[in-house]
Amino acid sequence: MTTEHDLEEGRRNVREEMAPTGIGPSGFIPSSEGEFESASHAEPKAHSQWALFRRRFLRHRVAVFSIFVLLFLVIVCFGANYFAPFKNTDQDLLLGPVQPNGTHWFGTDELGRDQLSRILYAGQISLKIGFAVAIISTVVGTAVGAIAGYFGKATDQALMRITDLFLIVPSIAILAMALQLWGHTDSVIILVLAGLFWMYVARVVRGEVLSLKEKEFIEAARAAGASPTRIIVRHIIPNIFGSIMVNTTLGVAGAIIAESTLSFLGFGVQPPQTSWGSMLSDAEGYVGTSKAYLIYAPGIMILITVLAVNFIGDGLRDAFDPQSEKH
Amino acid sequence: MLTYISRRTLYSIPVILIAAFLLFWFVRASFDPCARARASKDVTAVSRCRDEFHLNEPVTTQFGRWLGDAVQGDLGQSERTNDSVQSMLQRAMWFTVQLIFWGILVSAILSIALGVYSAIRQYSIGDYTFTALSFIGLAMPPFWFGLLAIQFLAVGPKTWFHLDQPWLYFVGLHGSGKTGFNLDYARHLVLPVLTLTVQIIAEWSRFQRASMLDVMSADYIRTARAKGVPRRKVVVKHALRNALIPLVTVMALDIGALFGGLIITEEIFSIPGMGRLFIDALTAGDAPVLVAWTVVTAIFVVLFNLIADVLYGVLDPRIRLT
Repeated sequence: MTTEHDLEEGRRNVREEMAPTGIGPSGFIPSSEGEFESASHAEPKAHSQWALFRRRFLRHRVAVFSIFVLLFLVIVCFGANYFAPFKNTDQDLLLGPVQPNGTHWFGTDELGRDQLSRILYAGQISLKIGFAVAIISTVVGTAVGAIAGYFGKATDQALMRITDLFLIVPSIAILAMALQLWGHTDSVIILVLAGLFWMYVARVVRGEVLSLKEKEFIEAARAAGASPTRIIVRHIIPNIFGSIMVNTTLGVAGAIIAESTLSFLGFGVQPPQTSWGSMLSDAEGYVGTSKAYLIYAPGIMILITVLAVNFIGDGLRDAFDPQSEKH
Repeated sequence: MLTYISRRTLYSIPVILIAAFLLFWFVRASFDPCARARASKDVTAVSRCRDEFHLNEPVTTQFGRWLGDAVQGDLGQSERTNDSVQSMLQRAMWFTVQLIFWGILVSAILSIALGVYSAIRQYSIGDYTFTALSFIGLAMPPFWFGLLAIQFLAVGPKTWFHLDQPWLYFVGLHGSGKTGFNLDYARHLVLPVLTLTVQIIAEWSRFQRASMLDVMSADYIRTARAKGVPRRKVVVKHALRNALIPLVTVMALDIGALFGGLIITEEIFSIPGMGRLFIDALTAGDAPVLVAWTVVTAIFVVLFNLIADVLYGVLDPRIRLT
């Protein structure tokens, strides 16, 4: 896919350069042989795939901005020891709950804990779970999806039937049951979420591999004696890298929301650890009271993080596949 | 059509059976139905309990026994309340069916309307507004939306306008002592249905917009316009019907997610439906209820998928269901 688009782009570059002079060596080649044209003459001005990708991504302003937002969040959360105004566990029982003010920007809870500091520390857990789940499920899902798509038959059937089963039972129910069974530590939450999410990646990758493996360049590689491993790793994966990356960002967003939902219901992160979801679970009872300010900040953090990740995903999709920009 | 429906129903039976077996296995392996007997001082209690649930037999035999009872309408007894699981499910199901019905209705109408509007007024202020809102709706955890909705749509107006009662209630589906489908019911229903559907509306309306844009640029639409068919008629009669087809597929796939959303919605708004039942059962480790719950949910989702497939054929006569 990508190669075709790049040829397209290369051809356009050539045309633009040729336009002012009007006469060029390409005039001797029939225009229907466009691929020839670009292959032979775009070479001096050829951009690497990476440069083309970067240029298209940078054009997506919101996505670029989102990267900075996400970086900022990661830095302040994981650097909470330096940035947080108070310690994570600092309580001030005499102070009790106070509205947001100059000292406590987001107010304090009933134990007098500073909300801003708690949010930064809680962000470590939420972000860690989000990224870890996305990375694990991408790696596993890509491997299984590529194998199922390339070799077909039994692996393929098994994968599709298992994912079908998971589509008919609400995932949040399965996740909650699994966590209740295996415990609630970070690593268990990460593994359980990844255990569900990899299947979605695998389905997408499988679909792409199915259509890609019929292409001529794969056939050529096979004829040249390349081993299946080499074909998958060197020829197939680079070509579907775009949709894999987009799926990874979807995974980050999905995992952060799933974790917060499970923690909100009480099946996720357990005290003394806190995530944004479990902070909202603590604050649920204050809705409609004078302490309602406790429900805003953690939710806004989830919203901003997921929005930023989704925008980055959009930017990546447009950059990898310029045709998707249409709508 | 009838042959298709019966064939699909027959096909879904093994799917449900396999799913039921795996779920049964999973719950049996995870939750001990004899947990309470273990706490008892009577040393024979555990072994008696194991005999009662036939836990010493292979899991396939246990499942066969459970299935035999289940098809006769006996789903066992709850560990927590000693009630029959079947009557618990029936009670809970009534609330859930109401939420699902209104949820699907509201989200289908709203998302189709928003999607069509955004598509025919592409790049208008309205389109940009709905696009921005749908991005936020997709990025927001639904439970947080529920909390905000209570704060700003129920409690907020009550304090701002000094009302005795809020316009919208957020506990249960009826006021105490009230029943029936009336204004009281509607005032209880708005917030839960909104919470249940917000994410779905955001997703479906984006999808409907894209598929509407696709259809609107098709040749036959231009032909219809060129023939002098009024724009409104082209949109409603020619474009919308075709643009609905992909949406129906997405709807069918999302029904499972809708059931998941019920868990959150019913928890926040204290509605004693299937979602609440699941949380209570899971917290108490109530194995018989969990098994029955997961299987019944799976059957519902399969059923809705079947309905969607039939609708598919109704919408698009080119798809022949044989």
